[in-house]
Amino acid sequence: MKHTISELEDIASQVRRDILRMVHAVQSGHPGASLGCADFFTALYFEVLNHNPEFDMNGKNEDLFFLSNGHISPVWYSVLARAGYFEVSELSTFRKLDSRLQGHPTTHEHLPGVRIASGSLGQGLSVAIGAALAKKINGDHSLVYALLGDGELQEGQNWEAFMFAPHNKVDNLIASIDYNGQQIDGPTEKVLSLENLQAKFEAFGWHVITSDGNDMEGIVKALHYAKSLTGKGKPILNLMSTQMGYGVDFMVGTHKWHGSAPNDAQLESALGQIKETAGDY
Amino acid sequence: MKKYTYTDKKDTRSGFGAGLHEAGKRNENVVALCADLVGSLKMDAFIKDFPERFFQIGIAEANMMGIAAGLTIGGKIPFTGTFANFSTGRVYDQIRQSIAYSGKNVKICASHAGLTLGEDGATHQILEDIGLMKMLPGMVVINPCDYNQTKAATLAIMDYEGPVYLRFGRPVIPVFTPEDQKFEIGKAWMVNEGKDVTIVATGHMVWRAIQAGEELEKLGIDAEIINIHTIKPLDEEAILKSVQKTGCIVTCEEHNKFGGLGESVARFLTTTYLAPQEFVAVNDSFGESATPDQLMTKYKLDPADIVAAAQKAIARKK
Repeated sequence: MKHTISELEDIASQVRRDILRMVHAVQSGHPGASLGCADFFTALYFEVLNHNPEFDMNGKNEDLFFLSNGHISPVWYSVLARAGYFEVSELSTFRKLDSRLQGHPTTHEHLPGVRIASGSLGQGLSVAIGAALAKKINGDHSLVYALLGDGELQEGQNWEAFMFAPHNKVDNLIASIDYNGQQIDGPTEKVLSLENLQAKFEAFGWHVITSDGNDMEGIVKALHYAKSLTGKGKPILNLMSTQMGYGVDFMVGTHKWHGSAPNDAQLESALGQIKETAGDY
Repeated sequence: MKKYTYTDKKDTRSGFGAGLHEAGKRNENVVALCADLVGSLKMDAFIKDFPERFFQIGIAEANMMGIAAGLTIGGKIPFTGTFANFSTGRVYDQIRQSIAYSGKNVKICASHAGLTLGEDGATHQILEDIGLMKMLPGMVVINPCDYNQTKAATLAIMDYEGPVYLRFGRPVIPVFTPEDQKFEIGKAWMVNEGKDVTIVATGHMVWRAIQAGEELEKLGIDAEIINIHTIKPLDEEAILKSVQKTGCIVTCEEHNKFGGLGESVARFLTTTYLAPQEFVAVNDSFGESATPDQLMTKYKLDPADIVAAAQKAIARKK
């Protein structure tokens, strides 16, 4: 372990503060799933990934991460900054003119840590597969990670990718699903039911594990376990249950905070629930 | 009129296949992807010699574009292959976000473009692909004219860093450009110097423009013919120089007149040098089933149509 669970929890706490403050400052952005995935991102970047904040696009001999549901950029930006990819103070430029921190992540402004644009949904897994194939050709034994939203699974391209990876034994790939059950228009089960995801992924030929994405110890264990399953002929899928808005009582478990910013009073109330552990930006 | 002859007739897609094979030999980072059309894209030679660098994606073009984008991360140079329709319109947003906006070094190689796909009909005959691709910031758009030029273009785009759309086709047509040509992206190729009218053509239309030039010569008209194999970036200098001399221009393309080469030329000339322009292009229509020759005649893309357009452009000169 590079960090204790309690240290990781402290980092995630600061990340949650960053998310809320970033979204509040520009009164736009997507706090709900960003908060829900704060523990996953923290575990990934501070514990699991073998990565180098001296960013190199090709990332040879280091683990790569791809975010498919790009709207949760606040959590990724915060974690990248806190992990040393760029100055934490740059978080204050989120969604502002001439910023590298675009509303949705992009390579266009050369933000360290980002290797593909995402935002238009359903494209990230294909890209991650391509990067994993390149690693195989290059004899590079490091791994590729991806995160997908659950609502985004309604995009058909995902299922092309879910079919491709097992057929081609892309076993250096760990895809996690942010399984929070919510999307813009309401619960996924109301908008368009995902039915039995685990059975679907298993039928497609993935090695499926499940995890609680809001339990730091659980998610760290799950990701290490996922790592141990690589190189065995199957891609790995981490079906990770999270709660949208986790950490803020009035934001938890509802789609209402998918893409809305807190006002001043709501921010104050939210920050009052989350410990400042590493200094606000 | 400079005499053009040919000893062989081949399809431009075979020029791509030969170019891809050669690219594979020259650069170990070249990889190829195909969406269940290996035979149509003439990828067999590459696959035979470099099986570990070929990815059969299945009928899943969106996934193919994403995987191609991902392969560039790690230094690969991916060439995707499918029909032009499935290379562009079907996957526009994947190209836009994962390739063009992300600045990825992907070569989108598209066969069976235009009407000359023939009997399969309008579902497969895309006439809007040049427009779709040239609209994307940073995308290079190339439509070479014969087998040799397509092969040369395939090798040239390997050495160019950035996203490229390479358009070619199915019909067997004369091979009239040199086998050893150097292909320069964005550099127009002077086919024939003349003084009365400028004819710029792209892709399969270049040979037809040469045939039209021979007919015009019989009518006493001295046509300057330019092969615009690169639609973006457009060789504006060559076009301006020619039109300043001839005073009028005809643009020829196997594409909808909306969004194609003709519009790029018009956009440029209206801001630099006003001259009458005539369009030899499909007039805002879908295609249909028939032989390629029948379709080129019906949709007015024959040498006779270029001759008529040239006469009209000349008549409009003041």
